[in-house]
Amino acid sequence: MDGAAPYVTADGRQIGGVLMDMRGITLRFGGVEAIKNISFDIREGEIRAIIGPNGAGKSSMLNVISGFYHPQDGEVWFRGEKRKPMKPYQVARLGIARTFQNIALFEGMSVLDNIMTGRLTHMKTGLLAQAIWKGRAEAEEVANREIVEKVIDFLEIQAIRKTPVGRLPYGLKKRVELARALAAEPKLLLLDEPMAGMNVEEKEDMSRFILDVNDEFGTTIALIEHDMGVVMDLSDRVVVMDYGRKIGDGTPDEVRNNQEVIDAYLGVAHD
Amino acid sequence: MLYREAGDFKTSYQADSQTFPIAFDRWRYWAVLVIAFCVVPFFVNAYWANAILVPFLIYAIAAIGLNILTGYCGQVSLGTGGFMAVGAYACYKLMTSFPDVSIVIHIILAGGITAAVGAAFGLPSLRIKGFYLAVATLAAQFFLVWMFNKVSWFYNYSASGQINAPERFVAGIAVTGPNTAPWAQYMICLVFLTICALIARNLTRGTIGRSWMAIRDMDIAAEIIGVNPLKAKLTAFAVSSFFIGISGALFFAVYLGAVEVGEAFGIQKSFLVLFMIIIGGLGSLFGSFAGAAFLVLLPVALKVIGVDLLGWPTDLVAHLQLVIVGALIMFFLIKEPHGLAQLWRLAKEKLRLWPFPY
Amino acid sequence: MSADFLYGIEVIINGLMAGVLYALVALGFVLIFKASGIFNFAQGVMALFAALTLVGIMEGQVPFAHLINAVFGTSIHHFGWQVPAILAIFLTVLVMIAFAWAVQHFVFRHLVGQEPIILFMATIGLAYFLEGVGDLMWGSSIRTLALGLPQGGSIWVEEMTNGLGGDDFYGFFIDKLDMVATLVALVLVAGLVAFAQYTKQGRAMRAVADDHQAALSVGISLSYIWVLVWSLAGIVALVAGVMWGAKSGVQFSLSLIALKALPVLMLGGFTSIPGAIVGGMIIGVGEKLFEFTIGAPYLGGATENWFAYMLALVFLVFRPQGLFGERIIERV
Repeated sequence: MDGAAPYVTADGRQIGGVLMDMRGITLRFGGVEAIKNISFDIREGEIRAIIGPNGAGKSSMLNVISGFYHPQDGEVWFRGEKRKPMKPYQVARLGIARTFQNIALFEGMSVLDNIMTGRLTHMKTGLLAQAIWKGRAEAEEVANREIVEKVIDFLEIQAIRKTPVGRLPYGLKKRVELARALAAEPKLLLLDEPMAGMNVEEKEDMSRFILDVNDEFGTTIALIEHDMGVVMDLSDRVVVMDYGRKIGDGTPDEVRNNQEVIDAYLGVAHD
Repeated sequence: MLYREAGDFKTSYQADSQTFPIAFDRWRYWAVLVIAFCVVPFFVNAYWANAILVPFLIYAIAAIGLNILTGYCGQVSLGTGGFMAVGAYACYKLMTSFPDVSIVIHIILAGGITAAVGAAFGLPSLRIKGFYLAVATLAAQFFLVWMFNKVSWFYNYSASGQINAPERFVAGIAVTGPNTAPWAQYMICLVFLTICALIARNLTRGTIGRSWMAIRDMDIAAEIIGVNPLKAKLTAFAVSSFFIGISGALFFAVYLGAVEVGEAFGIQKSFLVLFMIIIGGLGSLFGSFAGAAFLVLLPVALKVIGVDLLGWPTDLVAHLQLVIVGALIMFFLIKEPHGLAQLWRLAKEKLRLWPFPY
Repeated sequence: MSADFLYGIEVIINGLMAGVLYALVALGFVLIFKASGIFNFAQGVMALFAALTLVGIMEGQVPFAHLINAVFGTSIHHFGWQVPAILAIFLTVLVMIAFAWAVQHFVFRHLVGQEPIILFMATIGLAYFLEGVGDLMWGSSIRTLALGLPQGGSIWVEEMTNGLGGDDFYGFFIDKLDMVATLVALVLVAGLVAFAQYTKQGRAMRAVADDHQAALSVGISLSYIWVLVWSLAGIVALVAGVMWGAKSGVQFSLSLIALKALPVLMLGGFTSIPGAIVGGMIIGVGEKLFEFTIGAPYLGGATENWFAYMLALVFLVFRPQGLFGERIIERV
């Protein structure tokens, strides 16, 4: 792969080798081709954006990465290994966490419990030990609670720790969802429109959190976003999709000047 | 003592996640336990044990079981009666096949056998959801009852088709059979209920409980964040059936003594336990207790008021009871889907702030 | 042809007839489910209630007599008149419409937007409530329904088919009532389809079934349509209750038999009227045939109690959407 050598970005972040490599992915629903033969890679430590008009197949692509859809064609490589077709919960155990376009929190549980579910892949005590509780189960609970509390501090949601999620306003829900994904300490974090429906202040907060996560923990992030300003500011590289095809791939500047991308967004005059 | 959390500081995550975060609740909890174990046994008579206390304790175990499956994991089951029957018949076969082993072991094993049967009937839950699954569990209900009726091995080829509990002792005291003292019936059920409730509490507050609730609230998202849906649902079915099996075993061995399967464990029993958790509160252990108490007390109260006080005929009161229970179910689902437990919680929130409303 | 084979065929024919009755109840489920997404567990009890009401009105019984007597110390039971069948049926339909309105007004109007499983549990409560009300109104003893429907085996069919087999075969035994039921069911389905296709209300009903929001936005009153479908379901329940009541008496077990409509629906898919009918046939034939070939000889009989549920369960595991239901694509 060309350009796979590690380098340091202008703001001093370390970009490593290829973490995830999508090769020739094709996804069909019945007769509809949602994704047509798309290849791109995500490198360790970078913020990678996937953009495109509505219906371009961005969310489908994220669903392929998280194992919810299974492509008819193509290969998914993760950390140098070809990934076998697997169930979403197995993908989660590989260290891939995500947030959802329409918030998918567990409404019947408190904020704390929601974030604790992010630790599920790290908690191993068996049924019997949990039934007894005292001892291993409690120790594990406390150890994981400490990690969750760090995430809570980081995202500044201490005050709503014990609030039922159903009572929270939209912006905070988005933040709790991010917290749940972060609690898993993922190697790859997928964000599906993290700023949809937010006002300017909330967007600024969220952008700051995304940058901080990437900077402090070195988490690799792939995100879908419609706000071009945000995308161009945040991301290191951008993939552009349109009608299931890839029409552009490169740094924000490269993509901005790509004629096909401009056509897709602004429309082309048909004679 | 004031009902406050102020001044009651938590210095560890352990203390922060304990069952009763408010000191007053902790005291009340211990007080209830002390009264239940050390006071009630000395005052309980045959009427109280038979009409109220023993059925309450047994139904509370069944309600906890069903609440784990339905309230915590979101899988509605109409097979509770059938699973109770498995517990009862497993207990009967064990009691008669191994008369030298302690009845306590038999009851626990009966729970284990029911857990296996429950997990087997839970397998389809991976493919089918919601009321499809509810209807599918009717298959368990009707098939199990039919099986215990038709296969005479289960009732040791007795001519009546009934099963009768032989006399068994714990520490030299009869707990089953005709010579059981009311307080002994009460105590063995109380011990089982206490242990079951503790286990249920521990399971629901930890990893497994959270994966159950995640499946309940949004199964697709749960799978994507790493919950194995098959494992979560099957453990819910197994744990739930374990409790229900124990309650079935107690219902047969300790409470009724003699059982005819269609009568004791028919579909009405499934509805009864389901109603207990709806009225008590889905997804709440306290609700399981409250619902069981409510639906055990309601017929007794109606009988006292209707038959004894007003002199109405019994069948009329029985019909009224159907109307009232049905209306209550709809009322609770409309007004308070979290049942009595939620009313209790609201009362406590008010109490915490009292006398200042904000 | 051998006698065993011919008896097998007789079993199948009788299964088909029983299936028609299952399908009749299932039809009521489908109507309500399509229009409102409510899975109405009380449909069976509605059939029982409708049949009880019909008998009660025909015999001139005083409703709630038992309760009134207990409260006021009176001893009334009958008005002392007999109501002709046609008028009684008309009055019963009115009662079912009133019931539909009450259900919509007092219960489901307050549950709009709730999860399907909550609605489902509410209908279980409704079933209990209605059963109690039925008992309170008309008493809980077993009643016979004297509508003058033909009863007993059809001698005509028996004689026509007598020559098919050898000396061991005496012709098919087919209940005349089942034949009437089949006929009535066919007419009812045709009527419902015509109603849905060609009337204004029918079109509105289909629009609501398709999309609540869109139907609202073109000015269709949801609550009116819901009362309408509950009324229709009540009438279907009345027909089912009459057929069943004439067959085996009007009693509580009727509502349990009606539960079999649930597996019928799981086979046929919850939204499909042809599915309900085909599913009913499959279950009816399947359970009779299973009892005839395996149940009675090897398993001790009475397998009808569970066969339908087991069949539906096994079937669902392989095809969760039913025979005619649409495939569900899950989204995040």
